[in-house]
Amino acid sequence: MVRYVLNKFLFMLLSLFILITATFVLMNAVPGSPLQSEKATSPQIQKNLEAHYGLDKPLIVQYGIYLKKLAQFDLGISMKKKFQSVNKLIAGSFDNSLKLGLVSVATSVLAGCALGIIAALYHRKFLDNAALVVSVIGLAVPSVVMAPLLQYVFAVKIRAFEVAGLNGPMDYVLPTIALSAAPIAFIARLIRSSMLEVLNSDFIKTAKAKGLAGHMIVWRHALRNSMLPVVTYLGYLIANVITGSVVIEQIFAIPGIGKFFVQSVLDRDYPFIMGITIFYAILLMASRFLSDLAYALVDPRLRLQTGRVAK
Amino acid sequence: MKLKRSLTTALAVALMGVSLVACSGNNEKNSSSESPSATPSGSPSASPSASPSPSAEQKEKEFRFTLASDPPSLDPGLMTDAQSFIVGKAIYEGLMRLNPAGEPENGIAESYTVSEDGKTYTFKLRQDAKWSNGDPVTAHDFEYSWKRALAPETASDYAYMLFYLDKGEEYNAGKATADDVGVKALDDYTLEAKLKAPAPYFVNLVCHSSYWPVHKGTVDGKPEWATEASTIVSNGPFLLTEWSHGDKIVLTKNPNYFNKDKVHFTKATVTLVEPSSTVFNLFETDKIDWIGAQAGSVPTDQVQKLVAEKRAEILPVASTYYYMINTTRKPFSNVKLRKAFAMAVERQNLIDNVTKANQTPAHALVAPSIEGADGKKFREMFPDTDYLKEDLTEAKKLLAEGLAEEGLSKVPEITLLYNTDEGHKAIAEAIADMWRRNLGVEVKLANQEWGTFLETRSAQQFDVARAGWGADINHPINFTYDLIHSASGNNDGKYKNEKVDQLLNESLLTTDLKESMNKIGEAERIAMAEDMAVLPLYYYTTVTMVKPGFKDVVSDYAGHLDWAFGDKE
Repeated sequence: MVRYVLNKFLFMLLSLFILITATFVLMNAVPGSPLQSEKATSPQIQKNLEAHYGLDKPLIVQYGIYLKKLAQFDLGISMKKKFQSVNKLIAGSFDNSLKLGLVSVATSVLAGCALGIIAALYHRKFLDNAALVVSVIGLAVPSVVMAPLLQYVFAVKIRAFEVAGLNGPMDYVLPTIALSAAPIAFIARLIRSSMLEVLNSDFIKTAKAKGLAGHMIVWRHALRNSMLPVVTYLGYLIANVITGSVVIEQIFAIPGIGKFFVQSVLDRDYPFIMGITIFYAILLMASRFLSDLAYALVDPRLRLQTGRVAK
Repeated sequence: MKLKRSLTTALAVALMGVSLVACSGNNEKNSSSESPSATPSGSPSASPSASPSPSAEQKEKEFRFTLASDPPSLDPGLMTDAQSFIVGKAIYEGLMRLNPAGEPENGIAESYTVSEDGKTYTFKLRQDAKWSNGDPVTAHDFEYSWKRALAPETASDYAYMLFYLDKGEEYNAGKATADDVGVKALDDYTLEAKLKAPAPYFVNLVCHSSYWPVHKGTVDGKPEWATEASTIVSNGPFLLTEWSHGDKIVLTKNPNYFNKDKVHFTKATVTLVEPSSTVFNLFETDKIDWIGAQAGSVPTDQVQKLVAEKRAEILPVASTYYYMINTTRKPFSNVKLRKAFAMAVERQNLIDNVTKANQTPAHALVAPSIEGADGKKFREMFPDTDYLKEDLTEAKKLLAEGLAEEGLSKVPEITLLYNTDEGHKAIAEAIADMWRRNLGVEVKLANQEWGTFLETRSAQQFDVARAGWGADINHPINFTYDLIHSASGNNDGKYKNEKVDQLLNESLLTTDLKESMNKIGEAERIAMAEDMAVLPLYYYTTVTMVKPGFKDVVSDYAGHLDWAFGDKE
């Protein structure tokens, strides 16, 4: 088991290194530079700027300097947000994306499961169809449309919520709905189909025959078994949601990390591009690593295999 | 306690009464012949003893607006963009300050004198100005700040704004030392600036952010000083009290500001929001008081309706939208072809149907809000209407002649390049359509993402390319030297006419403002009317909305929100 973990970990480090190198090369290969502006400055000022940010050195030297700093967990200083440290920028903005992301994941799971169970229990009846309509809308309406619509209806017309910002618990409602609509729909479809399968299986029939109450069957047996695909999906969902959504963060003016990802590339803000890419990569790899570990613990076949290797 | 307060109030009322009497005395003497309508209450604030009564001071007056993003820098030496200027203008005070009309007024400077040759400016500084940490603002702060902005290791984008100083450019290039630079604090409150050549608009220049002072003890060796509210030391009408990055900025009135009686807002809150729909929704739900002038924009699809309802106002700004023409390669190395294409654009049609914000058709480069001489705007002195006629018959004739001169039977394949954006795309499509209808010429459209676009354009890899230009200072040199002088790094179409270069060079050496303007005017006329150096389209406007009750919150000459001296009824 230790060996298995160690292997995975080393592999992660190697992937990270490859990713850093590839990003560094690609970023520098893209035309444009962080130091250009619409108003051209004199060649001398351009030179001063390059010297200041170390861009006058050969690429390989710049790469070496970057790795050295990175080894000390220093992501450098942003070139467009003058003298702000990338570490601080990421920490300050990730906080908000994380909070909103976790609320949204919890909402997606709860609402998705509820809808899915209702649909499965009332298979081919009115409620099943209603749940189907809701989930089709959730999947089909993109957040670019959903978010401004929610804002206009509930914040401008009804005035039940604030238009933008993330200052109180109520401010989470609209962005959460916009962010969770698609996952809710997806989870609902997952639960419905696997639940239908489970409900028709023999052990449920046995439970019914034993005279167990309806809600006990759903809760104890059916739901637990239907949750497996959802758990798999959850790993992807969490990583996806906590890294922030550009659209939702912009529309609801949430100071999150999502909008920085695109903006840093458009700005050619080299240290910021590297910082966010590395941060995202570590997040995704860590979540993969954890889910691999979880599988190893849960799946007896995997455990056996690694046990043999460990011997 | 109660007694004490009422005593204070009584005292304040009494003081005000005294000052009113004093004022009215003055007014009667001065204004009896000129303006009999001047009431004594018209100028109580001019008297220093007329401080507002305690009850007025306690009243909260907040101004709220949005910016699209965090100001990239609040360091006067490094700021380059509208976001930074809008906040910076409220927290820093330079020698002079531009009033909303775009004219320089005394700031930290009490007075200034210019030497006979126009090359030495001596500023007398007021002695009651203080930094937010209590230190006095002295001439040494200015000397330090100017030299710092020029220092090569500071790597300031706007260092060239200080190249007017003697040896400024040399210092920036590492060819002179800081001591050589033409700025010197003669004593704590006298600053002397020696210029390379007379620049009649130098007092305009010192209003620019790169000439603002910084506090040496705060800045020296701490490049990150301007990134947090807690470490910024400033000297303007407002103090930056909270900067929650990416979220909001809170400014409060500076109690130590020397001109605090003219500052009426007690607080300003800036929310950082990008989409115009969200900005508009915030305005509609009464969360902000202002939209426009680079502080949020009114959604394009709402503009016409809001203007018709008189809820929004359209104002000119000192920016020009134009197309660069690559004069270094065929076919546009031919002036007749450049003229034909420029004449075949129906500017008013473009404005009415595409851009839809009441812009002014442009036939030259200098925007109408830019100052000229003798109290006239530059465009009033030199109207651009004759520089270019939208005459389709003439355009076709010129096209045929130009093609014949180049030995071509038809216009070769040409591309119109713009940076990726829905608005620029709509304009490019409309213009391509006009060229198709009016000249029978097919033009290919291409768009590139911003960074790539700039690189392509500055490498002359284009036939026609979109461009926009905004003013840094309220002077026409900004639109002429920078855009049509062959030595300018912004002249990407590589237009070159020695006569124009010479006129512009001479305009910089002339001490007489009017003569200088005449030279600039003539240079612009040659470049446009004779050579069609670029293809001008329109002068920008900004659409603004403000909540009722606010006054003196305005879009300045450059189209940046100017709010620091505003008031709320």
